[in-house]
Amino acid sequence: MTRYVIKRCVLMIISGFIIMTMLFILIRLLPNQIHAVQGGFDQAVRDMRKAWGYDEPIPVQYAIFLKNVFTQWNWGFCTTIGTFLQDVTEYLADKLPYTVYVNVVSLVFSMPLGIFFGILAAIFKNKWQDQAINVFIMFFISVPSFVYAFLLQYFVGFKLNLFPLVLSTGNDFFSWTMIKSAIMPVLALSFGTIAGDMRYVRAELTETLTADYMLMARSKGLTYRQATVRHALRNSMVPLLPSFMADVIYVISGSMIIEQIFAIPGIGKTYLLAINARDYSVFMAISMFYVAVGLVSGLLFDLSYGFIDPRIRMGGGKDNEL
Amino acid sequence: MSYKPEQFAPYMDMADSEFAVVHRTSVHDKKLDTKPMGYFKDAMYRFSRNKGSVVCAFVILIIAIYALLGPIVSPYHGQTYDSFYSYALPKNQLFVEMGIGWWDGCSTMSVNQQSYDYYSAIPGAIVSESEPYERTMDAGRKTTYYDIKVDSYAKVGYANVLLTQQEYEAARAYEQETGITLFYPVIDDSQVKYHPNQGNANGWYLTTSKGVATRDKETGELQDIFLRDKETGELQYTISKMGGAQVQTRVLYKDWYVYKNGHEASFLFGADAYGYDIFSRLALGARLSLVLSVLVASIDLAIGIVVGALEGYYGGWFDLIFERIKDILWEIPTVVFMTLFQIYFARKVGVIVTLFFAFIFFDWIGESSTVRAQFYRYKGQEYVLAARTLGAKDRRIIFRHILPNAAGYIVTSSVLSIPGVIFTEANMTYLDIVNLQSSTVTSVGTMLNNGQSSLSTYPHCVFFPAVFISILLICFNIFGNGLRDAFNPSLRGVEE
Repeated sequence: MTRYVIKRCVLMIISGFIIMTMLFILIRLLPNQIHAVQGGFDQAVRDMRKAWGYDEPIPVQYAIFLKNVFTQWNWGFCTTIGTFLQDVTEYLADKLPYTVYVNVVSLVFSMPLGIFFGILAAIFKNKWQDQAINVFIMFFISVPSFVYAFLLQYFVGFKLNLFPLVLSTGNDFFSWTMIKSAIMPVLALSFGTIAGDMRYVRAELTETLTADYMLMARSKGLTYRQATVRHALRNSMVPLLPSFMADVIYVISGSMIIEQIFAIPGIGKTYLLAINARDYSVFMAISMFYVAVGLVSGLLFDLSYGFIDPRIRMGGGKDNEL
Repeated sequence: MSYKPEQFAPYMDMADSEFAVVHRTSVHDKKLDTKPMGYFKDAMYRFSRNKGSVVCAFVILIIAIYALLGPIVSPYHGQTYDSFYSYALPKNQLFVEMGIGWWDGCSTMSVNQQSYDYYSAIPGAIVSESEPYERTMDAGRKTTYYDIKVDSYAKVGYANVLLTQQEYEAARAYEQETGITLFYPVIDDSQVKYHPNQGNANGWYLTTSKGVATRDKETGELQDIFLRDKETGELQYTISKMGGAQVQTRVLYKDWYVYKNGHEASFLFGADAYGYDIFSRLALGARLSLVLSVLVASIDLAIGIVVGALEGYYGGWFDLIFERIKDILWEIPTVVFMTLFQIYFARKVGVIVTLFFAFIFFDWIGESSTVRAQFYRYKGQEYVLAARTLGAKDRRIIFRHILPNAAGYIVTSSVLSIPGVIFTEANMTYLDIVNLQSSTVTSVGTMLNNGQSSLSTYPHCVFFPAVFISILLICFNIFGNGLRDAFNPSLRGVEE
């Protein structure tokens, strides 16, 4: 197992490095690297350009970039957004809490609901409860999140005037005004996750409920309820837990669309701002952030299979040994 | 039961002629009563039993017809816009005639005296009105309010139009011919006391400096402030502009629109901020989504089959290298991919072409993985070995033996990728990473992005595109799922 973990980690780092190199080259080749030199900053910009090697060939630039990233965790400086010449990492550190806040609340809220209704659908398969849940799943899987975000914003926020239309400003995350304004974005984020979890749980549980060991459990005298909870549910969790674990990491990346609609000053919104303002350092940093989150959650997904169910030997050879 | 050779001894010496045939009729297996059913026929049969999928297939067909014919049938072709009618409300002639007060291009609002006077000066703007009532404002001031129902088309009212002399004469001739009045007296700007009405063709009535109309004491009518000839007192219809090259005239825009376009303005789904007809714009967006997604899915299918087949059939280093390339491409977030493509190529080859190639560039990965998995599944089977033993070439084995077996699965996964492309396209255009706003092309996501800012005041700009994209995606998903179930032989006979 340890060998497999190490192997996967190394592969992940190599993939990440190749992607970073590609992105770096593609982004640095773009014209107009540093826009908007404001009057007094002229000398400062020139110093910055020199320090980051903007006038050197690309490989040298990349070497400087790697050195700064790995020795000082410095990903460059803001030019057109944020404070001028501010560190990108510093700038993004301010944005991250908003994304994490909304997404973690959504995850905490949606996962139990998704699992609960998924179980319900599997137990009442082909009855009206299942049909209703299926309609819900079909709707929220298919429809893009901005559609129901708009519906929420218009009917709940504007017509009924229950919640504010956008996230309130400030960083007091546990104040009532903040929580109240976060309800609609959280709901909009949750529907898709709930539907996805439901579909997953439903499919898995339906399969385990018809397994032979369930018949065995019933015939040795367990009630339907006991058999379901003790045997079917536990076994169906084997393929489900890894995807939930991966979700936990993945929520950090957040949803750009929801952030855009509800004016959440998080990473996704910053990404869109950075593209529009052509702030390439921020663009590069956020892109790598998304890549890293994707890689880590994918790794977690694969690894947790092996930890949860020892019968599964990931990466094992033909004889299922490491 | 076995026979010993001795048992046959008595018969060994018999002549052939002494033998007789016992069975006169030939023996056959019983002929099958039912018709044989191939894989595809069976799949089609089972698909047709799935009511939901069939309905969705029809809805998709209707949407395709709408996308094809919508811009052709509509008088606006999705390309003409009229900023006078920006944000005009949805209007369905049928509902107007039924008079149930819905989908008739009207909206209800509470207005104060100034606005009430403004709308009442426009012919046809106020459809119905309530009795005035008083509302207490801050500091205990009381203000008169009216609840009025305003026709969003008629409320455009009058407009100042600059015309050349020829145009003016042609329009005058049209007036003579049809008896429709196009031109109305121009306003004397020096008499406009209410600042916001300055230059507004609808401010033709005498007001106080606060904008409340000064009505005639006896009749209660509005008093006009038309420009009159100083000597004769005649009403003036034109003001000479640009040294006599052009004349400024004042027209009732509704009639002017008919004169210009030959039909009255009436938008089934309303108009957006620019005054585009949403019905035909939406059809243009649907066209783009459908054409793009089907094209991308079929090209990716072709690439996926070639790459997946080579990977899956030959394996080895080719498989290894392509799997690594796919791994890396797969890890780059779609949004980053799209952004880079747009930044690099949008100026050179255009936004749509860029979008198209970006989709092709990363969407073949999923398809080729499906094909690869299918090849790994089938290539070890006996019939492939048999074919190879008989001397079949690789190409023959791939295309004649393995692919037909995997075809159902591969094609359905390709169909299921269509809503994925539409979904991503809508998301990207909505986020404005891909900007498709132009007079000839639009996308549903772009329409939603534009309508977003006026969501609370003009929800129809968001409502129709949102409903449309929802229906399209839901139908494609149900249709694709039905197809997948139909092509899955293990589900045969499981339903019902």
